[in-house]
Amino acid sequence: MSTTEIDRQWTTRLRQRVTSKLPPEKLLPDTQPAYVSSWIYVFGVTTLAALMVVIATGCVLAIRGPQWWHGSNIGHFVNSLHLWSVEIFFFAMVIHLWGKFFMAAWRGGRSLTWVTGAVTFLVSILTAFTGYVSQTNFDSQWIATQAKDGINATGGGAYFNVLNLGQMLMWHIVLLPIGAVVLTALHVLMVRSKGVVPPFADASEMS
Amino acid sequence: MNWATSLAALVPLDHLGHYLHWHWFLISVANLTVIGLMVVTFIVALFVPFPGRRRREDSK
Amino acid sequence: MSKKAFRPDVDAPEWKGGYSPYDIIKEGTIALLVVAVLTIGLATLFGSPDVKAVTLKRWANAAPVDFATTALSELNGTSGVATYGAPYNTNATGQQLGPLQLAKWVGARIPINTATAFVLDPLRSIPSQPTLTTDLAQWKSASNATRQQWMNNYTKAATKMKFHAGQVVVNANNAGPVPVFINDLTQMARSGALDADLVTSNGFYTTDYTLPLLFIADGSYLGNLAATQHLTGEQWGMMNETGSYPGQAWLWLYTFWYQVPPFSQSGNGDVLVWGLMMVLTAGLILVPFIPGLRSIPRKTRVYRLIWREHYRK
Repeated sequence: MSTTEIDRQWTTRLRQRVTSKLPPEKLLPDTQPAYVSSWIYVFGVTTLAALMVVIATGCVLAIRGPQWWHGSNIGHFVNSLHLWSVEIFFFAMVIHLWGKFFMAAWRGGRSLTWVTGAVTFLVSILTAFTGYVSQTNFDSQWIATQAKDGINATGGGAYFNVLNLGQMLMWHIVLLPIGAVVLTALHVLMVRSKGVVPPFADASEMS
Repeated sequence: MNWATSLAALVPLDHLGHYLHWHWFLISVANLTVIGLMVVTFIVALFVPFPGRRRREDSK
Repeated sequence: MSKKAFRPDVDAPEWKGGYSPYDIIKEGTIALLVVAVLTIGLATLFGSPDVKAVTLKRWANAAPVDFATTALSELNGTSGVATYGAPYNTNATGQQLGPLQLAKWVGARIPINTATAFVLDPLRSIPSQPTLTTDLAQWKSASNATRQQWMNNYTKAATKMKFHAGQVVVNANNAGPVPVFINDLTQMARSGALDADLVTSNGFYTTDYTLPLLFIADGSYLGNLAATQHLTGEQWGMMNETGSYPGQAWLWLYTFWYQVPPFSQSGNGDVLVWGLMMVLTAGLILVPFIPGLRSIPRKTRVYRLIWREHYRK
């Protein structure tokens, strides 16, 4: 096989593309620009950490099934862990959004980072909603019977039936988490690849 | 499993919530607390100095 | 070669300054530990709510007149579901977003005939009821006009409905088998058999609770429980949780629109709010591309707090 032939392979081209965008020192850096020096910067990683706790506690709930927590003290505690990690997740994510907005973090070719972040926010809201209607208690009944009116008005209710527990639970534990994790991964990799957005140029720095 | 009963909430919030009502605006004390904490946390994060400045100054 | 003009809200200056040591793994580990400790602390302190689900059995025993009245509305086609339109039937156009009749265009893809699904089929499933069997046969062989007359007579008298000695009591004349239907269905609900039938009528296994949930939501019992917990639409309910727990604060803008005109007074409120939120959501996603909106960070200068060390140098 000639070198040119190897170079043209899909594998070779993908590897070169990935390693040029994300060399190891960008993926796992050991320095960061000096301007990254504010507590506002911790909320991204806090959101990510909270997402991990949400998924981990969700996995524990999955081990014993959706009814477990109603009859078990341990199950109820795990449900509480899941609920509060979700509250922390949204708490940190919204502060992260506020911070990134006021930094205009989309500048310098970073618009897709903003877009993936905003879409992840919306996917998270939908994930939380499907979670609420999967609780199998009064709250689920009320939320589902109310939300159906909003979704039915758009025509979506014919396909996304919030009264169908099985469907809602599978969206909650399969489809939406996959979406949220993929979007989060893309978002984080973009930040690693393009770096943290620099400050606005001072008036004296503008040519 | 008797020990598991100790996992019950220390301050359960199952009693009916308190709500604040101004004209058409209605919010639970719980939600107002969460939103208030978010705003306070944001402001604190903006103002509180971030450690590491001393480290950088020392290494100059 | 002309240089492209620098747009301060779109472009970023190249960083030519210094770098600091950064331990990304350590940062991530600390964040995970902090969040885990905070989660365990909050869960230990406050737990989580678990208000028991309402069954048709509980509803019919706690509020038998409300149940029986709802059952009547399902039979005579005046209930919320019966007059809903898509996706349950074609008895209404449904909501409109300007010229768009989105629900109607999609159609009745979850077809429910409320008289059959909620009243007649469950009654047919009860074994060894000779009187009921005769009455069901009488209903089946009657014309639509006769059925309508029976229901009208019963409905007029049902304004004075009572529940006495475990029976639904309505003094109606010429109501045919309707009094038996309503009373027997109430007994069926009170026993728990209606809960089971609405869920297993299509087979042993189901995870689809559409029928019992729609029936329960057509009554007042569920809504009254919700109102005591501040969960209804006019109470900003979308944001709230049972008890004193925090709810879904992130839905504040979605539920806000329901409180103000024109949305609060429009029959198309749901689709109007949804349409507006779709526009605002698109706005949020596309901030980097919207002039004016993307200038707010530079103009408000909050960034000078975040990067104050940098600007000091």
